[in-house]
Amino acid sequence: MTLYKEPTTQSNRQRNKFLLGGFLIISAIIYLIASTTQNTSKYYYTVDELVVEQTAAIGENVRISGAVIGDSISYDADNLTLDFTVAHVPGDSDEIVAKGGLARVLHEAIANPNQARLRISYQGPMPDLLRDEAQAIMDGHLNEDNIFVADTLLLKCPTKYEDELPNQTNN
Amino acid sequence: MIVNLGYTALLLALICSLYSIISARVYINNNKIQWVDSSRNAVLAVWFLLTLACLILVYLLTNEHFEIEYVASVSSRAMPWYLKATALWGGQAGSLLFWSWLMSSYTGIMMLRDWSNERDLQPYVITASMLTLAFFVSLNVFVENPFNVLWIDSFGNITSSMMRPDANLMFTPNDGAGLNPLLRHPGMIIHPPMLYLGFVGFVIPYSFAIGALAVGRTDGVWIRATRRWTLIAWLFLSLGLLLGGRWAYDVLGWGGYWGWDPVEIAAFMPWLTGTAFLHSVIIQEKHGMFKRWNMILIILTYALVIFGTFLTRSGVLSSVHAFAQSSIGPLFFIFITVTFTISLLLLFRGWESLASSKTLTSWLSREGMFLLNNLLFMGILVACFWGVIYPLISEIITGQKVTVGPPFYERTTGPQFAALLLLMGIVPLVAWRITTVNRIGHLIWKPTMISLLIPIISIISGIFNFAALLSLWLASLVFCVTIYEFYRGSIARSKSSGNSFFISLWQLISRNRRRYGGYIVHLGIVFMAVGIIGVEMFQTETQGTLAIEERMSLEDYSLVYKDLTEYPENDGRFVTKATLDVYKNNKLIGELEPRRDYYNISQQRMTIPDVYSTLEGDLYVLLIDWKPVGPQQATFKVYLNPLINWIWIGGFLFILGTLVATWPDQRDRHIITNNKSILQPF
Repeated sequence: MTLYKEPTTQSNRQRNKFLLGGFLIISAIIYLIASTTQNTSKYYYTVDELVVEQTAAIGENVRISGAVIGDSISYDADNLTLDFTVAHVPGDSDEIVAKGGLARVLHEAIANPNQARLRISYQGPMPDLLRDEAQAIMDGHLNEDNIFVADTLLLKCPTKYEDELPNQTNN
Repeated sequence: MIVNLGYTALLLALICSLYSIISARVYINNNKIQWVDSSRNAVLAVWFLLTLACLILVYLLTNEHFEIEYVASVSSRAMPWYLKATALWGGQAGSLLFWSWLMSSYTGIMMLRDWSNERDLQPYVITASMLTLAFFVSLNVFVENPFNVLWIDSFGNITSSMMRPDANLMFTPNDGAGLNPLLRHPGMIIHPPMLYLGFVGFVIPYSFAIGALAVGRTDGVWIRATRRWTLIAWLFLSLGLLLGGRWAYDVLGWGGYWGWDPVEIAAFMPWLTGTAFLHSVIIQEKHGMFKRWNMILIILTYALVIFGTFLTRSGVLSSVHAFAQSSIGPLFFIFITVTFTISLLLLFRGWESLASSKTLTSWLSREGMFLLNNLLFMGILVACFWGVIYPLISEIITGQKVTVGPPFYERTTGPQFAALLLLMGIVPLVAWRITTVNRIGHLIWKPTMISLLIPIISIISGIFNFAALLSLWLASLVFCVTIYEFYRGSIARSKSSGNSFFISLWQLISRNRRRYGGYIVHLGIVFMAVGIIGVEMFQTETQGTLAIEERMSLEDYSLVYKDLTEYPENDGRFVTKATLDVYKNNKLIGELEPRRDYYNISQQRMTIPDVYSTLEGDLYVLLIDWKPVGPQQATFKVYLNPLINWIWIGGFLFILGTLVATWPDQRDRHIITNNKSILQPF
């Protein structure tokens, strides 16, 4: 398959130069993407994998997600230092669906004291969405005291955009 | 009951969609015009039925019919009427219905055009577009029904369905859950419709492309017929992306406008292929080349539109945009696979006949540069697509999820965007067929010299960041060349016609709307680039806890904390508001009131920044925390976002340029007035 019509013989050399140029450009783009993938990719672990199986080395940059335990949130406004604890939730979306959806998985993760837990430390403004039973997705590393130092903190509240069923307020 | 009417309308819309496809098929077989007319009428009927379904849902939403599951989940009594009405697209089922309605509006309008020149394409266009529409309507009919009613049994279990289950009573909650406070922003109300209008708009050129492939017409008729549709779709998609960014900046409270989140990228990817397509079709129209490219680009754009809807609607990827998890994911997957495979089969069948009449031999020609432009847009697309699916792929191969974040996207797309800027600066001066470096040099040296002023001024003012200097220079190069193009064209016109410069400039633009509208879009991109460079490379921030009358500073600005007030608002919010005086170089210039809203019912905090905004940059202040009793103290986070407003100014120019390019030419208007049949659709 060629994108262009068969060339005449006199333009063959010109055409080869042209194709070489195109080849070089495409190779450069592929190289750029491949090398950047290697340099910037992070493992996405669950709390279980990080705490129980200790898959990541101390200081290694990883991404984790967990269920925010509301009572554990403490915020030092003077230094903008945020501390809280997350409980393990499965990383696989099929598994989450099989267990009844994200909202239920988060709820049960917090209710279950045997679930693996991890303390998080984060510097910055307290996100509006940080609350009990929110899912936190964090990039950062584990330090020597087994505290996860998060550089970025994203939150997701499954009940926020659409409630599964409204609260029962009337019979 | 009115819900049954709504659901029946949905069901009939599905049947009519299927009927329009069948009758189009019959027309292909027997070539009797009444069949294609009947098919067209069915398409119009679908629009009517979906309009009815939408109106019924809006009626239920505005009249607080909380016995309807969807109404209870997205609206509440405290919401004003316009938020209740726009909650039509506030949740899964409603937004799917709204998506279908917008699409049926496009197909309906398309059916009203004059088809006499493209009669052979019409049945295929109907088939491709109505198949897509039938898929979306069937999602509403079978999976995500917006008209489901809540039922309660004697044990207090609540279920939802269309029909009343045995031994159940209708359940009407006192109040609904209400729209998430974060979404109660004007930008958020119009952002989804704009994105949807952009998304569904691309279905039209795609359907024409499929029609052209199916009947084996390899001329540019499908491109000419859909040129304006494509521009309109692109306009809305761009507007949707811009509004999303503006909303994030105003509401999310981190001073950012774009986070490389998978859902943002999902909307950005069809924009990339759509933009490449818009450029690439020019070459086919003018020189009969790039026919295969254009087919590939429009097929990809369509696939990415469906893929984007799939990503946002199925919850397969972890994203801050937490949409409801849903069972419609696998259905989408099947639909994408089937349509993409059929498109590719049609493309390969017509591959040989889509050969260009001319050969490309040199990169140093306008055609060559347009090809490079296509390659770069595809390069950016591949980087984005790879970043989005990499976690899924790595999990399948190694069993371990590996992700990439913003640094990946910045580093892979940054150089390619810079190369695109360079192209934008050079291409207007490059001749068709073939040119020489000398010739380009001759034309470009003047604008290049002027453009070097910007990096030189930057160095003098103390900026030594190489990436910043390079990208600023590229932006100023594009600016100078584009202005030079306007100048050159107007002077030439003014000399030959004897009119004044400004009249000539006006004529230049109005007689070549697409070209000069495109240049205005390029100027918009330049301003946006300047804004992005400013924020990404020169943002500064500080934070501090202040007592009353205490002061904190950031660069030339300083802030003095004056007061803190707390009061309830009658829409269910409790507001805490700080007042600060803003000084610039020790001169009082204004007052800022960052605040924190607390929504009692949803227990949702919302930190609302206040911004002192100038063309130089924004002083963006957040209220982080406060001590209400004793010695009054409050903590603030302050960002200085240099040049950020140029993003919005650029966005405005961008939209203006697109409108200029979309506006009908005088020549077109001439054709329309001579062709009365367009006014007699039935």
